Amino acid sequence: MALPDLVVTDLAFPETPHSVDLLCAAGRILDVAPHAPDAAYENARVLPGRGLTLLPGLTDAHTHLREPGQEWKEDIASGLAAAAAGGFSNIMCMANTIPVNDTASVTEHMTKRAAETWPKGPRLYPVGALTKGLLGTELAPMAELARAGCVAFSNDGRPVADAELFRRAMEYASDLGLRVIDHCEEPTMAPAVGMNEGRVSSRLGLPGQPDVAEAIQVARDILLADYLRIPIHLAHVSCRRSVELIERAKAKGVPVTAETCPHYLHFTEAEVEGYNTSAKVNPPLRTRDDVLALIQALREGVVDILATDHAPHAAHEKETPFGEAPCGISGLETALSLAFVLTDKGMLDASDIVRLFATTPATLFNLPVNTFNAGDPADFVLFDPRDTWTVTPESLYSKGKNTPCLGRTLTGRVAALFIGGEPVFTRAELAPAAAASASRRKHGRHS
Amino acid sequence: MSWPHKDLLDVSQLSRDDVAVVMRTAASFREINSRPVKKVPTLKGRSVVLFFAEPSTRTKTSFDMAGKRLSADTFALAKSGSSLVKGESLKDTVLTLLAMNPDALVIRHSESGAAAFVAARVSCSVINAGDGRHAHPTQALLDAFTLLEKWGDVRDKTVCILGDIAHSRVARSNVVLLSMLGANVRLCGPRTLLPPAVDSWGVEVHSDLKEAVAGAHAVMCLRLQLERQQAGLLPDLREYAGRYCLSSRSLAGAAPDVKVLHPGPINRGVEISSELADAGESLILDQVASGVAVRMALLHLFITRKDRGEKE
Repeated sequence: MALPDLVVTDLAFPETPHSVDLLCAAGRILDVAPHAPDAAYENARVLPGRGLTLLPGLTDAHTHLREPGQEWKEDIASGLAAAAAGGFSNIMCMANTIPVNDTASVTEHMTKRAAETWPKGPRLYPVGALTKGLLGTELAPMAELARAGCVAFSNDGRPVADAELFRRAMEYASDLGLRVIDHCEEPTMAPAVGMNEGRVSSRLGLPGQPDVAEAIQVARDILLADYLRIPIHLAHVSCRRSVELIERAKAKGVPVTAETCPHYLHFTEAEVEGYNTSAKVNPPLRTRDDVLALIQALREGVVDILATDHAPHAAHEKETPFGEAPCGISGLETALSLAFVLTDKGMLDASDIVRLFATTPATLFNLPVNTFNAGDPADFVLFDPRDTWTVTPESLYSKGKNTPCLGRTLTGRVAALFIGGEPVFTRAELAPAAAASASRRKHGRHS
Repeated sequence: MSWPHKDLLDVSQLSRDDVAVVMRTAASFREINSRPVKKVPTLKGRSVVLFFAEPSTRTKTSFDMAGKRLSADTFALAKSGSSLVKGESLKDTVLTLLAMNPDALVIRHSESGAAAFVAARVSCSVINAGDGRHAHPTQALLDAFTLLEKWGDVRDKTVCILGDIAHSRVARSNVVLLSMLGANVRLCGPRTLLPPAVDSWGVEVHSDLKEAVAGAHAVMCLRLQLERQQAGLLPDLREYAGRYCLSSRSLAGAAPDVKVLHPGPINRGVEISSELADAGESLILDQVASGVAVRMALLHLFITRKDRGEKE
């Protein structure tokens, strides 16, 4: 066995009841061994990991980076910084940039910008447009986009109403072996209002979108996937009705996968009270019943993955009356903390989070993944489950501060992200961080 | 007499005692409106900005008159003449107005929540003159004032609100206020014009006009907007009028001496028959007169709130 050049000792590990030492060499995993207090790791950089939890680098199958075209909301540099701070080693960025990512030159621009800004940072995988200009009328040149590096296709943000065109898009993408990701909102039913139709919308006098608007399109997509025997991935499902349709489809063997987002697991339509534009998102935040259905679906594998739908907007764009504000929540940096809040409540466990935010999304879209077997890329997160932090605009690397978490205190935070064995993000120097967490445990909490 | 509120965003923020204060104050001001010289110096030197970012004639005129009769200086700003059409954000428009240091800002806006948005950003009093579909508190207060003038009390009276409830800020505010004052509120309209989750409003809901007006002491008609037909919510006005136009005939089952209200402007022959609009049952013009008195009361209460605070 090769000698390790990087070791992190005494880490909690979701797969084992005891603590482990992580051994890496040349940017790859060498071993995850039971913690050996007296082990001498000569010629290795040894980091104390006590108090930290070892997770693989995460994959976000759904982000919006806004570059090119809307760099005041986010650019590739700030988006990658946010991804790293959130623990993501892979991110897939949607095509609704300006211009739309519907030609190889836009795809290549994105990957080139990512490589220039941060060569060893989180890896950027563009999602190509499904239709030209996202207009839903003609197919985008998917083969060209695939050659340029797109890993999936989606009309995200602009649901395709035309079932015939959508069917042909699924067929065409299947030739290339790439998956179509669909943003399911039947576009004639209260499009883009960012508010659930129900008691709260009724009282506040806001137009609302009923959950059936999402479920109708989920049903259409499932029927097409069943008929064509072509896989489909359903983006950010938000409601029980969709979950029930997906559950039935999976039982029947339909090749459907689905994602939901941390904000749908924590917040309901009530968050919009006071016309809170930070809670304006599409699909909208639903009800308590939907939240419970989604959590159960994640646990049972009915919904396959978590994704952030990171949708940054500038502060002034959200500082408007509710109806005028753009939809979207900035999600990269709170995602893992929000997921771990559910472990504290006993609703998910850490190994569910690994599956939902790392293993399955990377597998679905053929991205590098660390399963902690020898030879896997040394992409890993050191997560501090006891770091209590308050979400403030200053605490976020993303330019988008638009999150309903703002002002809330979360427990658990990414302490460091390593990609290929290199520390690309550390919240503080690791040794002092571990010492600080030890002293916090001794003296209680101040911040 | 203390007035605890900085802003008037909706009637739901008011207690029954607050409403009683508004009603008493309005009653005391009403008399001024019938004098030969209709002006008192109460708000002399105070300024009121009337910021109407959505078309309005009667509400704006009513506030304007209310302010002038109390000797306040009123400044009207309409959306068409404002920087909003040049793409200025609501925040910037309002901060600019605020820099001129008005005592009160009356706002009408097409977005629900716009008044609250403004109120959170300015130090002067904000009075909501209608925000989207959400609330129209001064209309609800003047409607209550009109009914109280006739009845003395609205407790145990049945009031039916008829028409396009879903899109109506007048309906939302009236449901809250009339329920608070003890009236039994009914809503009536086609299912397409009833709000979602209307069962959570705690009121009776009808789609049949006859059932809805049976035994009612007052019926409040709402204006039907022509856009509802284009949005696919109604076949056409003729069919709507056939089912829901309030007339002497459709009022047959109502309580004797039933009253008819309408916030205006009315569509004769659509939501209310022409003869009923002009008939003795109609309180439509009383509502207009009440509107001036109630808005005088509100301007007075909000603008002199701090003066009283200092004396106390």
